[in-house]
Amino acid sequence: MTKITIADLKKIKDKIHSQTEMREGTFKGKVTVHMGTCGIAAGARIVMDSLMGAIAEADASGIVVTTSGCAGLCSQEPMVTVEIAGQEPVIYSKMDANKMKQVFKRHVLEGEVQTQFALARG
Amino acid sequence: MLELSLHILDIVENSTRARAKTVLITIKEETEKDLLTLEISDDGSGMDETTLKRLTDPFFTTKSVRKIGLGLPLLAQAAETAGGTLAVISSPGEGTKVTALFKLSHIDRQPLGDMASTFIAMITGNPDKDFIYRHVHNANEYLLDTREIKEGIEDVEITNPDVLNFLRENIKRGIADIGAQA
Repeated sequence: MTKITIADLKKIKDKIHSQTEMREGTFKGKVTVHMGTCGIAAGARIVMDSLMGAIAEADASGIVVTTSGCAGLCSQEPMVTVEIAGQEPVIYSKMDANKMKQVFKRHVLEGEVQTQFALARG
Repeated sequence: MLELSLHILDIVENSTRARAKTVLITIKEETEKDLLTLEISDDGSGMDETTLKRLTDPFFTTKSVRKIGLGLPLLAQAAETAGGTLAVISSPGEGTKVTALFKLSHIDRQPLGDMASTFIAMITGNPDKDFIYRHVHNANEYLLDTREIKEGIEDVEITNPDVLNFLRENIKRGIADIGAQA
């Protein structure tokens, strides 16, 4: 049935513990999906889904995902800010699921800013 | 917005920005009454009467980055279009309760949409908050409480992709099991 049991949660906890022991969990970067009314209406939830899927697919650790409100540039939504340790934040605009996957792989994991989608630095 | 679950995500974001610690989302489908109820209640900072009076005014917002606030006006419009209403009860320091009613069978009622993705986005953006999701379809009920999840997974973070995938699948299955149709 769909009721979550203690045994379900213990199973998932044990699985994650065994995986975590095999890799380092140091902080690599933060990705913020802008989730104001404008962002949500423009597709921010799809972007968030795509990001979470990409993280799971890459089995990446040390990436913090968070949300923020409207930044005042509603026509540029959905927007995403990528902050890599030791680098200036990059704001991406008019994102979609595919662009998010590309930004995650190329910028977050490989360090190459995707200037074609970028709106601003800093 | 094209689906009600997006409105829910938007209103919950308001709750979290109002420093709520716990947000309860209730969705009730009552076939006999032909009624769909969305209720979002939080223990955030609440609002005074002056703010409450202007909530559905799209040219009112408490934010400074822009001069419009469309979240609640859009939900009010979605409810009214589907033969329903929007009500907000709030008091400073005690929290806020937003209730939207819809005629369940109304042709212009937006579909509920992807509640699993909405819930995952809420948790991901606000891992330090607690969310309770209660979905009632006539006599059947599905309930998910992140407080119980956090207790069960102990030192594992709730935003871990494995935990989120598990929750996503559980929500989808739970909604299907109760026969939800909205």
